[in-house]
Amino acid sequence: MGIGAATYWILAKELRTELRTRELLHTTVVFVLLVVVLFSFTFEPTREESRRYGPGLLWLALLFAGSLMLQPAFIREQNNDTLSALRLAPIASLAIFLGKALASFVFLTVAELFLLPIFAALYGVAILPVLGEILVVLALGTLGMVTTGTVFAAIGVQARMRELLLPLLLLPLLVPVLIASVSATASLLALEPSMDWTAMKFLIGFDVIYLAASALLFEFLLED
Amino acid sequence: MHRNGSFRFELSGTLAVAALMGVAGYAVFFLAPTERTMGEIQRIFYFHVASAWTAFLAFFIVFVANLNYLMRRRPVWDQLAVAAAEVGIAFCTVVLLTGPIWAKPVWGIWWTWDARLTSTFVLWLLYVGYLLLRSLVEDPGRRAVTSAVFGIFAFLDVPIVYMSIRWWRTQHPEPVIAGGEGSGLDPTMWRVLLVCLMAMVALLVLLLRQRFRLEQLRGKLEELRLHIGAKPTPRF
Amino acid sequence: MSAEIASVATAGPTRSQTVGVSLRLEQVSKRYGLLYALRDLSLQIRAGEFVLLLGPNGCGKTTLLRVAARLSQPTSGRVVLEGVASETTASMRTVGYVGHQTLLYDELTGAENLRFFARLYGIHSEPLLEEWLRAAELWLRRNDLVRTYSRGMRQRLSIARALLHDPGLILLDEPTTGLDQSGLAWLGGALARLKQQGKTIVASTHSREALAELATRCVTLAAGTVVSDTQSQHSAQQ
Repeated sequence: MGIGAATYWILAKELRTELRTRELLHTTVVFVLLVVVLFSFTFEPTREESRRYGPGLLWLALLFAGSLMLQPAFIREQNNDTLSALRLAPIASLAIFLGKALASFVFLTVAELFLLPIFAALYGVAILPVLGEILVVLALGTLGMVTTGTVFAAIGVQARMRELLLPLLLLPLLVPVLIASVSATASLLALEPSMDWTAMKFLIGFDVIYLAASALLFEFLLED
Repeated sequence: MHRNGSFRFELSGTLAVAALMGVAGYAVFFLAPTERTMGEIQRIFYFHVASAWTAFLAFFIVFVANLNYLMRRRPVWDQLAVAAAEVGIAFCTVVLLTGPIWAKPVWGIWWTWDARLTSTFVLWLLYVGYLLLRSLVEDPGRRAVTSAVFGIFAFLDVPIVYMSIRWWRTQHPEPVIAGGEGSGLDPTMWRVLLVCLMAMVALLVLLLRQRFRLEQLRGKLEELRLHIGAKPTPRF
Repeated sequence: MSAEIASVATAGPTRSQTVGVSLRLEQVSKRYGLLYALRDLSLQIRAGEFVLLLGPNGCGKTTLLRVAARLSQPTSGRVVLEGVASETTASMRTVGYVGHQTLLYDELTGAENLRFFARLYGIHSEPLLEEWLRAAELWLRRNDLVRTYSRGMRQRLSIARALLHDPGLILLDEPTTGLDQSGLAWLGGALARLKQQGKTIVASTHSREALAELATRCVTLAAGTVVSDTQSQHSAQQ
């Protein structure tokens, strides 16, 4: 069975499960919302200040949400040892990785789409004029997050304290994603919006490097 | 006989490293010229930079060991990786401690979010995570595989972190010393730095060797325990 | 490829195309840290045999089955499935594994579970799925979430999942656990039919009685090695 088809079936299975339970979506959305509101108490949320701190706030909320959501998303395959069933099937382990990572990508993106208008309204930032660009930045940053996060979740399921361990491993690794995404978002939300092409290329580079590394190394984590 | 010889070798190696450290110390305090603007405090630079390069070397060894473990599955590579990671963190800690000591009198602040210092800090956090992960995975085989994958991911991140911080976060002027081409380090200073670096690398080799052998002994002890403890008991 | 799928697709639960596969373990050891789960274990199982794996908890039954299914890599030694050309993923088609856990998604329905795993094996035949759901006596509950199933229903679905792709070697880890009388009867019937088809079956259990009538051979493990290996009286006619 081709990698594409196997990835598709796993992704479809993930989406169907999530549509039914909505566990990950609900908890992630509520969590990001909470962080965004809590942040408003840490500084004077005037238009001026919001423009300065907003992008960082947005990305920190997303990073924390991602690092909390990715482990449960992977543990689903452990509850009834369905991971063994996937490994028995004649599919490449890359398909398992891609299916899981793409599913997490979709969940996080949905949470972001929900969050974005609320964030814009609460902090008075004009998002509509640069909506397309913002979405591209969000997609690139999220891709980096779920790629590394899915691999680390596969590491985490083999350790004790897994829920706590994943953020500890993932967040320092994502420092470059945080920096580049915040920079790109900040230039888009500035008084005179502009595209930070260096940041975009940088994010693409990060995504490509870690997608390749994950594709090469993921199967080592599945073996027993 | 053999043990005695190995002990003598061990002792002379340790003494040689100690002597080299002494020479380096002498060079730093008595041979290196006093820096014009920063004064005596600048002498910490030799230890600071030499430790940083040595730490990077140690983490590079971790990376090579991680790759080798995944390809060859020999426990020695895992033992080398953990030894190099621990020693690397020690050198990295020296960098993070000497940095503020140097920065305070010169820049007037303990910490600057400068590219080198910050990426060293992130690096330190990554490898502390590496050791943390190792302590949380029970089975030695699983521990070796998971930490090897994480180690490779962490090492790939080092240049990326450095670039990201350098491009977007460095609001300070280029560090005065070794800021790239054109920073013009005095030839004597270069020579002293090289001596210091040699001493630090020698120390790295010494510590790495000890730590690696300790890890090997641990492995052997586990084997022996297994041999005694898990003998199949006849039930019929 | 398409011909292969077609041949599997026409093979219903009662019409098998694959013959039994023989399994050979050569001095297999599996170590978990300080513990040997298997220790220099050698075992040859011929095609068509029905082997009962006996022994106390922790003697290595589960590890043996996982190693045979290639879910676990042995620390040393070799696992050979004969009738299988190479170590490609296609060889996995020949193994059906029923684990201690269900290997099913609780939040999917019975039909969705079977359909998902069928797709991963490249099987697209809806009639085949229906046949399996009926064989597992789950046709009426096919659109209910597995979460709502009883232990017996899960076990039947789990076995259907393992057999979907018509494997030649069937490995079952404690399949009798938690089953009531009717569940045991169903399991006995299913295994009897598989045996009749010439499949190779290895089942672990700690209660010898449940499957003893079907077994042709009993292998007892202790501390990761074979301590007794007897042909059962039922196999006299074999």
